Amino acid sequence: MKLYEFQAKDILRKCGVCVPRGKAISHSHDASKIFQEIGVNRCVVKAQILAGGRGKGGGIRFANTPAEAQSCAAGMLGTHLVTRQTSQKGIEIKYVLIEEAVSIKKELYLAITIDRSLQTPMLITSAEGGMEIEEVAKKSPDSIIKEPLDIFFGVHPFQARRIASKLGISGISSARLNNLITNLFSAFVNNDCSLLEINPLAVTVDDELCALDAKMDIDDNALYRHQEFEQMSQYQDLSPVEVLAKKYKLSYISLDGNIGCLVNGAGLAMATMDIIKLHGGEPANFLDVGGDASLEQVTQAFKIILSDSKVKAILINIFGGIMKCDVIASGIIQAIKEVGIHIPLVVRLEGTNVDIAKNILSNSGLSIISAKDMKEAASLVVKASK
Amino acid sequence: MSILINKDTRVVCQGITGQAGSFHAERMLEYGTKLVAGVTPGKSGTTHHGVPVFDNVLAAVTNLRANASVIYVPAAFAADAIMEAAEAGIELIVCITEGIPALDMVKVKKYLSNKKTRLIGPNCPGIITPGACKIGIMPGYIHKPGNVGVVSRSGTLTYEAVWQLTQRGLGQSTCIGIGGDPIVGTDFVDVLRLFQEDKETKAIVLIGEIGGSAEEEAAEIIRQEITKPVIGFIAGSTAPPGRRMGHAGAIISGNKGTAVSKIAALKNAGVTIADSPADIGETVARVIEQTGFFE
Repeated sequence: MKLYEFQAKDILRKCGVCVPRGKAISHSHDASKIFQEIGVNRCVVKAQILAGGRGKGGGIRFANTPAEAQSCAAGMLGTHLVTRQTSQKGIEIKYVLIEEAVSIKKELYLAITIDRSLQTPMLITSAEGGMEIEEVAKKSPDSIIKEPLDIFFGVHPFQARRIASKLGISGISSARLNNLITNLFSAFVNNDCSLLEINPLAVTVDDELCALDAKMDIDDNALYRHQEFEQMSQYQDLSPVEVLAKKYKLSYISLDGNIGCLVNGAGLAMATMDIIKLHGGEPANFLDVGGDASLEQVTQAFKIILSDSKVKAILINIFGGIMKCDVIASGIIQAIKEVGIHIPLVVRLEGTNVDIAKNILSNSGLSIISAKDMKEAASLVVKASK
Repeated sequence: MSILINKDTRVVCQGITGQAGSFHAERMLEYGTKLVAGVTPGKSGTTHHGVPVFDNVLAAVTNLRANASVIYVPAAFAADAIMEAAEAGIELIVCITEGIPALDMVKVKKYLSNKKTRLIGPNCPGIITPGACKIGIMPGYIHKPGNVGVVSRSGTLTYEAVWQLTQRGLGQSTCIGIGGDPIVGTDFVDVLRLFQEDKETKAIVLIGEIGGSAEEEAAEIIRQEITKPVIGFIAGSTAPPGRRMGHAGAIISGNKGTAVSKIAALKNAGVTIADSPADIGETVARVIEQTGFFE
């Protein structure tokens, strides 16, 4: 789960990290009041979307008066912001963050993530802040400093000193860097982050280290112990179908093609998308009903696929292990009874209770194209979709 | 021969009275696995499917010499269950549980780093040596004893591959699902080395997927150390970047973890790649014929 910049900054502020004073709003008429409350003569108005590249897309503007702040906010809220990380349609701006514009000497990059190979939290930092780290990695890979952090110890002071020296930071800022990393690490661990990225991290004219931007991804597996994020999830940009899928604990991702897929298991679901493409078709979605889906989950999953108007044919590919094939068959019939079906349906079943399932389907009177294996299923569904 | 488990492996099931634990304990017993004990706190002295239940793992080890454990406890308690089993001296822990927070697993890995215990998973189907011992949730009947070692990050896709092998008469030495999470106990590299040493394993099937760099690291080891033929498939060629494809670990971040990079690395290491998931069995059969490895 990704947090908005203003949500992440609120968390960081509570962890003792220096962030610019500011507030997020959803109505532009609050902008001038916030400008006055901040009490400086220059503010920045930042569009809150869960994608990067906002600056170049026009989502970050400066305002020198309350009126300017108001007109900037009014110009953003409710419009769609297109950046190189969004689709061509862009993402609707529902919130803007108004905060003080900070005078800066230098921009750094700092992030904590989990290194999958070393299986430990990893601090990644660079003196070249303000641009995407992927670009920095391409242009000047030597400027990227990596420092593994011990999950139980956190950052050691000697590590912080080593980093400061590599970043060319000395004096009071160096001591502040140690504090900052310590605070960021506890924010990372206490909130079960999978990524915490500060870019840019500003060295201000007063030698403060200030987080000008903040990106926080929370590990979905840990949400059960973070009820505070449940309130935040209402802000998240999920499509109605994705919300429905989430409710029934289905793993669903909408794609651009026209062949709906219903599969058990993530690996097999990805492989099913791949084989559709190999046979010249395009998958409309990724949908994993999971290892032991109930009748209701299967019914809902099938209804979700049927509700997608771009779907021209459906492929069901099940390798029943724990998941019993007859549950899938009954779920399909239940869903079709409720909402009907007007497009071809190709079914490939294998594994536990496959014979019972085949009987259920053939006795249902529904016109189902059955396939003996994955290859035949893919070729049949691609043909049916054209 | 096989790797890690055989007919003498003595298994304790943590969470045996839970819904999943109970169901799969019964399937394991049916398959002939020596399931010697179960653990559910507070149920010591009872039996479940005829298996004695203990309050903790140490009691199962002390009383019935369990040396492997399978974990079906809910995600919130699974990290603790793994550490409990390791502390009790269990040599092989298979954690089936899905949804364990990544930072919990970071702590678990650190905890295990000075112990001899091997962890498989979490979020995996388990491990099976066909005809001898099944520890996990895979359907037993799709397997057949033989000489192909299978290692995979997936569950059902592994069943698919195994089924394709079995239908062609190609049996398996041992099949291991290493799990779909970003942090797992045993990785491709560990399993490849075990298969290389195992006399019974004549060819290896490696099933990877998008996300992380485990396949690239495997490729490096294959190039340097593995002399047996390796056949690979990578799922997720069509997956969009930035989206988590079901498995917590299956995500392309930036341009890292793509199927293209993994396939290239494996091909460079001499791995024969099946382009279609429907052709895994056929590809193995072809490679075996070409190399004459089974003679």
